[in-house]
Amino acid sequence: MTLAKRIVPALDIKNGQVVKGVQFENLRSVGDPVTVAKAYEQAGADELVLLDITATLEERDTMMTIVNAISSVVFIPLTVGGGIRSTQDMTRLIKAGADKIFVNSAAVKQPELITKGAAIFGSQAIVGAIDVKWEPKSKFYQVYVAGGTQPTGLNAISWAKEMVALGAGELLVTSMDADGTKNGYDIDLYQQLTEAVSVPIVASGGAGKIEDFTALLKQTTVDAALAASVFHLGEIALPQLKQTLKKEGVAIRI
Amino acid sequence: MTIIIIDYGAGNIANVMKAIASTGLSAKLSHDPAEILSADGVVLPGVGAYGAAMSALNERQLIGPLQAYAKSGKPFLGVCLGMQLLFERSTEFGETAGLGIIPEDVVTLPQQQGYKVPQMGWNQNQVRQLNPITSTLNDTYTYFVHSFYVRTAPQYIAATVDYGQIEIPSVVVNDSGNVIGAQFHPEKSGKDGLLVWQSFKEMVDDK
Repeated sequence: MTLAKRIVPALDIKNGQVVKGVQFENLRSVGDPVTVAKAYEQAGADELVLLDITATLEERDTMMTIVNAISSVVFIPLTVGGGIRSTQDMTRLIKAGADKIFVNSAAVKQPELITKGAAIFGSQAIVGAIDVKWEPKSKFYQVYVAGGTQPTGLNAISWAKEMVALGAGELLVTSMDADGTKNGYDIDLYQQLTEAVSVPIVASGGAGKIEDFTALLKQTTVDAALAASVFHLGEIALPQLKQTLKKEGVAIRI
Repeated sequence: MTIIIIDYGAGNIANVMKAIASTGLSAKLSHDPAEILSADGVVLPGVGAYGAAMSALNERQLIGPLQAYAKSGKPFLGVCLGMQLLFERSTEFGETAGLGIIPEDVVTLPQQQGYKVPQMGWNQNQVRQLNPITSTLNDTYTYFVHSFYVRTAPQYIAATVDYGQIEIPSVVVNDSGNVIGAQFHPEKSGKDGLLVWQSFKEMVDDK
């Protein structure tokens, strides 16, 4: 056997609660991040991504408390990000129990943040996050920042290479075109990315059914598939997903 | 019963403490040689660079006490970089001497087509020798993050994982069986990782 492909649920957290709520176990709505994280660990999640979508410093402290509480009872890797602007932000989250920190908009404004973070915590702890949109007229994948609201003019494939050169040990790449459609992952994007860089890639955006995971993990060499709503809404159960992938010949931890 | 986690500035000791606490084991952080030598169990964690870690142990005058503790026959668990430090030397950025508790060395994972360096993720253990730590590990997946691996004789290898053409030792053991090292992170390996801490607790209880 070899390294297993990772299945990664993502939680958006605002004001100490999982946004949109999570519905599983008889569609009971659950908003407490610790309860949700523990349930995902027990269902077989290989890693969790926590995105802080709050804006104020006060709420940032709530996020530290949540990361500390989750890492006290959930023993799988935790990748945390959202609003990271300095190595102090990284230090606070890592001290709270995060294993990896992802940096998105701030890395475009101050690329040295990645290099500094990698120097302090090691490349394995710094994840470059990229939000990507295909531009049909000019035919390139463009990087967007500020929650996908601002185009940067950057080519996503070049920016991916740049982030790795700066010290990112992994990339978390979201296709904005696919995100929310439930029509499957953007296979072409991930094929281009895996050819361009040698670090692990986490694919995000578009998961709607089990076949979408199978297609991504069989047609590309990405290391991990991230999804949120299909898991939160109970549309795909992690144990069933992982069993199916294993049957399809994908290396999976059961 | 006292379990000491060696405090030498290594990253993420907090998560090791949390995992140990969840198994009902109480552990204390310390860099006091007397406290270490009188402990019933010692855990050497570690994340980061080999040279920096050895310098940090040296500055705190912990190299001698850790070597003496290993000879005492009491349970000693090294985790990730803490496992690699048990060996004689590393070639990471020039040669650095290690603790020399288990023979041979730590070398860079070579580039192989289709296999990324670092190895980052869950890999499946194959048990080569049964011991208290490997008793629950056969065929289980545990979480790895590393760019270097140990090369040693088969008698010191208790479990392995396959990575391309390389058989990476995932659990190692010294001659007398009291010093065990895990290349993976038991504190990040879900329920199978927690079993490792449980097994370590039993090793300490049995002594």
